Amino acid sequence: MASNFNQGGGNGRGDDGAQQRPPEWADGLKQLYDSVVEEALPDSFKDLLDRLDALDPARGKGAARDGRDTSQ
Amino acid sequence: MSDGPANDERQPGGSLSAIDKASFKRELTDVVPHLRAFARGLCGRPDLADDLVQETLLKAWAAQDRFEPGTSMRAWTFVILRNAYLTDMRRNRFRGEYDEGVAERILTAPAGQEEPIHLSDLHRALLTLPAERREALLLVGAGGFSYEEAAQICGCAVGTIKSRVGRARAALTEMLANGSIPRRASDDAVAHSAILEELDEVAAGNGVSSRP
Repeated sequence: MASNFNQGGGNGRGDDGAQQRPPEWADGLKQLYDSVVEEALPDSFKDLLDRLDALDPARGKGAARDGRDTSQ
Repeated sequence: MSDGPANDERQPGGSLSAIDKASFKRELTDVVPHLRAFARGLCGRPDLADDLVQETLLKAWAAQDRFEPGTSMRAWTFVILRNAYLTDMRRNRFRGEYDEGVAERILTAPAGQEEPIHLSDLHRALLTLPAERREALLLVGAGGFSYEEAAQICGCAVGTIKSRVGRARAALTEMLANGSIPRRASDDAVAHSAILEELDEVAAGNGVSSRP
């Protein structure tokens, strides 16, 4: 999705509801966003959720973050 | 975005069933890449953005009883992320620095324009926008939210979002056309103080109405 370099076809495709045609750089904005979405996810996020999952939700008020290293 | 099944077994106000808990975790996991992208767009630096996402996950987890199954996890967590961002901004944690990594990538030159638009230029220009306009443009122009959804996330009127997006687009178009983009972090100090002024207005409850 970061590779939709649609040249020649122009930017005439459907807009997201804006009253005006999107500017030339509109695809670039999506590319910036999508390039991050498509990045490999660091393990730290999954580890954090796994640790939270192992806790009682009532006690999980954000204290889980510091206790441990993010590695297993 | 609505890949979450509605679970009827959920007790309103009560504790979540094991099924709900599992699906909550799965949905939350699924939106992490989007949270990272939104955070990166808001605060620029990848490391700070990821810190913000971790903070968001902790808060979302603690508040999971308030998530309604079947509604958009992405929208729900974006609200949490933006609130965390605004709080951190007020603590002066973010400096509006941009991601050096994107400097390598070049966007194909649009027709009728001599210089290709660099994604790094676009990103820097984006970071100079006032926070409210930047987030509105990110939500609609990058995240693919409708104006209505973006308005709900930001807690303001649809017309306000449209106005912010329009102004953000105009500002970026002008900056990119003129090449008048602040170079680096040192120049971003100007933008940063402008953002903080905006945030003062937001904090004072004037955020919506004070924006012309």
